[in-house]
Amino acid sequence: MSTHNDHAAHGGHDDHDHEHDGAAHATFKGYMTGFILSVILTAIPFWLVMGNVFDKSSTTAFVILAFAAVQIVVHMIYFLHMNARSEHGWTMLALIFTVVIVVITLSGSLWVMYHLNHNMVPGLMHETHKMP
Amino acid sequence: MSDTTVLSPAGAMTGHPDPRFHVQGEHHPENGTLLGFWLYLMSDCLVFACLFAIYAVVGRNFAAGPSGADLFDLKLVALNTAFLLLSSITYGFAMIEMQRKRMRATLVWLAITGLFGASFIAIELYEFAHLIHEGAVPQRSAFLSSFFALVGTHGLHVTFGLVWLVVLMVQVAQRGFIAENRRRLMCLSMFWHFLDVVWIGVFTFVYLMGVLP
Repeated sequence: MSTHNDHAAHGGHDDHDHEHDGAAHATFKGYMTGFILSVILTAIPFWLVMGNVFDKSSTTAFVILAFAAVQIVVHMIYFLHMNARSEHGWTMLALIFTVVIVVITLSGSLWVMYHLNHNMVPGLMHETHKMP
Repeated sequence: MSDTTVLSPAGAMTGHPDPRFHVQGEHHPENGTLLGFWLYLMSDCLVFACLFAIYAVVGRNFAAGPSGADLFDLKLVALNTAFLLLSSITYGFAMIEMQRKRMRATLVWLAITGLFGASFIAIELYEFAHLIHEGAVPQRSAFLSSFFALVGTHGLHVTFGLVWLVVLMVQVAQRGFIAENRRRLMCLSMFWHFLDVVWIGVFTFVYLMGVLP
């Protein structure tokens, strides 16, 4: 009996929204803006590295990482049509959660692996030194 | 997210004839597939994050073998990046033509996207063959193991995206823009743009930073 009611309720809900797919409406202008921005954001890092613009490698590394971060945001907005409203905000929530996990994974791995000597328990360090 | 009406046993005792258990408020999103596919992409993102973390940790352990500066040809990488970026925008054009319900134009743009994707894979395979020919095989050093794992996983994704693209072109040609095909095209659109996003990380972190002295 309850399943019958369920079907009736679904039928009543479904027919108001058939043509609308829920995805953001793609526009030529949006795609071209994203494309031109990402061409610029790709060309500058390649030029910085191939032309040896900065003397210090660390400066170049920081600048191209910043360009990559900006370009990822550009792709998210103009190509993947991310916004806070799609799917009632669930896509954004999933993205934020993933970004948090990715940051923890990357920074955590680097921090642990580059501080191994410092972080090891001294007794254990001694044992590993004696091993062949 | 929504309200569920569950009648208490008291309601049954007062002789309510028809206990109802369905959702009365706004029910589940109309297109759960797109949200589900987005969640899959996020989990794929975690796979790539692990591979990036491995490369970040062991990417400078050359074991007295060749380094990135010795091996990488940035002109080839720039060409590859251009191909992938162009394939992203041509897929966007295909989506716009899909919205206008123009089948022929959609198929043409999808075919161009496929050609760019295939060129990307061809250049990547050429690069891998060149590296292996020079003795820079995955088992040579930790750097090369993590390099082949990361870039190879991305290349595999693009390869399967190409298979998906060809299958979808056949389906669209046969059935037209039915709701299922529109949904599939949107999923592949997300997949394809997502791979482009991952490639931004690869060319910046692996190739450009790999050749820095």
